[in-house]
Amino acid sequence: MITSHDYSPERPIKRSSMYQYNDNDQILVDERVAQFRRQTEQFLKDEISEDQYRALRLRNGLYVQIHAPMLRIAGPYGLFNSKQLRKLAHIARTYDKNYCHFTTRQNIQFNWPKLEEVPDILEELASVQMHAIQTSGNCMRNTTSDHLAGVCIDEIEDPRPYCEIIRQWTTLHPEFDYLPRKFKIAVSGALHDRAATQFHDIGLHLVKNDAGETGFKVIVGGGLGRTPVIGQVIKPYLEKKHLLSYLEAILRIYNLFGRRDNKYKARIKILVKESGLDKFSTLVEQEWQFIRDGNELSNERINAMKAQFVDPAYEADAVLDAGFSEQQQENKEFATWVKHNTATHKIPGYHAVFLSLKAPDSPPGDMTDTQLDAVADLADQYSFGEIRSTHRQNLILADVKQADLFALWQQLDSLKLATPNIGTATDMICCPGLDFCSLANAGSIGVAKEINEALDDMDYIHDIGDLKINMSGCMNGCAHQSVGHIGILGVDKKGTEWYQITLGGSSENNAAIGERLGPAVAKNQVTKAVTTILDVYIKNRLNDESFLDMVNRVGITPFKEQVYANN
Amino acid sequence: MQIIKDKQIVDDNWSYVADGAELKAGNISVSLARWHQDKAQLLTHEGKLGVRIGPADVVDDLAPDLNTIQLIELDFPDFADGRSFSQAWLLRGRYQYSGEIRATGHYMTDQVFYLSRVGVNAFNPEKIEDLPIVLANLNDFTVKYQGSIN
Repeated sequence: MITSHDYSPERPIKRSSMYQYNDNDQILVDERVAQFRRQTEQFLKDEISEDQYRALRLRNGLYVQIHAPMLRIAGPYGLFNSKQLRKLAHIARTYDKNYCHFTTRQNIQFNWPKLEEVPDILEELASVQMHAIQTSGNCMRNTTSDHLAGVCIDEIEDPRPYCEIIRQWTTLHPEFDYLPRKFKIAVSGALHDRAATQFHDIGLHLVKNDAGETGFKVIVGGGLGRTPVIGQVIKPYLEKKHLLSYLEAILRIYNLFGRRDNKYKARIKILVKESGLDKFSTLVEQEWQFIRDGNELSNERINAMKAQFVDPAYEADAVLDAGFSEQQQENKEFATWVKHNTATHKIPGYHAVFLSLKAPDSPPGDMTDTQLDAVADLADQYSFGEIRSTHRQNLILADVKQADLFALWQQLDSLKLATPNIGTATDMICCPGLDFCSLANAGSIGVAKEINEALDDMDYIHDIGDLKINMSGCMNGCAHQSVGHIGILGVDKKGTEWYQITLGGSSENNAAIGERLGPAVAKNQVTKAVTTILDVYIKNRLNDESFLDMVNRVGITPFKEQVYANN
Repeated sequence: MQIIKDKQIVDDNWSYVADGAELKAGNISVSLARWHQDKAQLLTHEGKLGVRIGPADVVDDLAPDLNTIQLIELDFPDFADGRSFSQAWLLRGRYQYSGEIRATGHYMTDQVFYLSRVGVNAFNPEKIEDLPIVLANLNDFTVKYQGSIN
């Protein structure tokens, strides 16, 4: 049962370190709420036009959708604390229909707020250091990152301090708030790219140079949507002190030269493509030479930001716990969950735990107020009060002791958050589709549910192993179908819903855009097509070859023959 | 006609002369095309000179003439065209232009805070009744996260 929570005092527990607002940060979000309240009042009194209010509300995360407005709230590089999760639960209860949706950009969406109540919601968010600033509109959006930042074993350097530096730099940037089109930045600090950095307007990789110093590899012009493009390296190594001046140079060139005549050609990927990387990078370099020494990121600033993200108080003897391996031996279900839903942690004896938001009977990425509150409590109890959202629309408790895993698993299971399907066929990325979105051409949640129902045998799913199915209800591609190992794209054909299938996409280090299998299939044939594709894989794979590896080896033909033979 | 300049409501003592129209007495501004075309004649004009530029105009083209120009008008055909923001930044930040930079045309009163931060110091609002709104909105935020001109 849900009781009212006290939001004000911090609970007396050891907290994970997350960026904490100072007075200036708080003033900024408070002033933003006041500004948007005024703008909304003016709109409701017809003092500003629909067109103008649209631009202003989008920059505060507010869309107008089929049934109601949709409010998108920023999850800065996917980090939340328990207090913030309780606030989201409260908002879901008070202003929405008791649930919210986690997106591929680590944000949160509410689907049923009332327009006139949105300023109140934003004020509630500001009280827990949250906001919806620039989560939409043709401006710099929420900076995203590796959901295992700071805890993974393959990290070169923790990207979070740089994410926060970029978050602050992008927030209310006066020069770059009316760009040709939206602009997204992702940062990865690990060897394994879990942040899809090659598909962002700017992707940043922390890398080491020959001297052993850490800096950034800068990738530009990637993107998904209607025209998926893999980004290109514009700067193999950028010293950290130049991070913001270099971003500024790219943004200024984009702002001045990006196309504004056609919204479908307005992303930076088109500018880079049409001008060519050489010419584009010359323009950036020329601009950067003027400003590079004027806006240096000092070591003091970097170190002060790093101090905001120090490790929580890990227990040195966590690894000595013996119960964990016994529990796995005694309980097969628990062992399966550990195998699929936890990730190795840099500290022996700790695990990063995935909370699957892909339970069979729930729309992918959705969470109820009850679950939000319960997860907040679990985070306080087991993971230093911190929660993360992932690019694949799940949550993570990043710092759980192995001794606590069994108890945590039991509680997650009772909350329907322990489906052991992370990284498998039923861990689908899915947009809200025609059920909610005014852009969509076709439903996606219903199709996902049908696929999920067909793939109800967990042993079969685990046998298939690593598989990323991404499904979008229109070519805007919010669910990144073009980089799904299996991509499904809803299209409208004379008023009926059809689905194009692609194979072989990837948003990780081996970035690739999926290849079209053939003509679109009817809605009632999508699940059959997917299961046929999986059967072809099972019959033809070599040893422990993954689905993606097999597609890369054999191409799409064997899949194509079966899918269209059977349909 | 009144405008906002340096956070004050003041009388506007400039007039814009359309391309092809006769030059007027007093302080005048002209388009960038006309500036380039009639520069010699304009430089003999009694009164101050200004240039009105659109988002597609290249600020660098004006650089050699900036010491003879007392006003640059950034003309917004559409509030969503954000190139004017970078133009203002370049004028102040790159070319150290110290004359008046004025926003005119179809921008929003909700953009004036950002415009002031990139160096725009004068505002000719679309509607005269917006003058007090512009003045108020110039104070939308008391904090900032990043450097710019202001």
